[in-house]
Amino acid sequence: MDEPLNLVLFSGTDDKLQAAAVLTAGAAALGKPVNVFLQYWALDAFRANRIAADHGLAPEAGRDGRAAVDALRDAGQASWADTLRQAKELGGVDIQACSLSMDLLHLNPTDLDPLVDGVEGVTAFYLNAGEGQVVFI
Amino acid sequence: MTIQISRQVDARGLSCPMPIVNTAQAIRAIGSGELIEVLATDPGSVKDFAAWSRTTGNELIEQSVGDGVFRFVLRRK
Repeated sequence: MDEPLNLVLFSGTDDKLQAAAVLTAGAAALGKPVNVFLQYWALDAFRANRIAADHGLAPEAGRDGRAAVDALRDAGQASWADTLRQAKELGGVDIQACSLSMDLLHLNPTDLDPLVDGVEGVTAFYLNAGEGQVVFI
Repeated sequence: MTIQISRQVDARGLSCPMPIVNTAQAIRAIGSGELIEVLATDPGSVKDFAAWSRTTGNELIEQSVGDGVFRFVLRRK
């Protein structure tokens, strides 16, 4: 269990971020280190002033998918951001913003939610990933 | 012999992976060898607690179900 789980988050829709948050929290509960690398629209969703906003769903969700996601939320399912906050409390979860995506979106570190621990390049991400699996979402 | 529970986690109504996450958090507050009791309604929790127990070494010593509520008792490693 020593090799970390490495999640590259690209998509910025709430369903994909929720799936990523669940994978992160599950691994953290098992004591597995998790490195999360935020690129493109996933990084955009971590803006401090927008993290709690509605980020939509993947196109395949359709109208029925929207209703299903809304029903789970109304039943009290934790948001992806809250799930990640709880995962970080367990320890071993590091969330980094991709420096290229920071440039792309004209973001400063202060624009990001405190869930994000820092900014790094892809080389640093691979170094920390070690021999662990890399998952792209 | 009656078992003595040191701490309880009420995860009823919470969806995956929150029952496990809350338990992983709560078990830190008890000592090694002490027991924690968890109530959950997530059907996935049966396999999840078995897997979590195997991986973390916190022993699953009791498991039951009634009225749609799963109950687990674990001993902290």
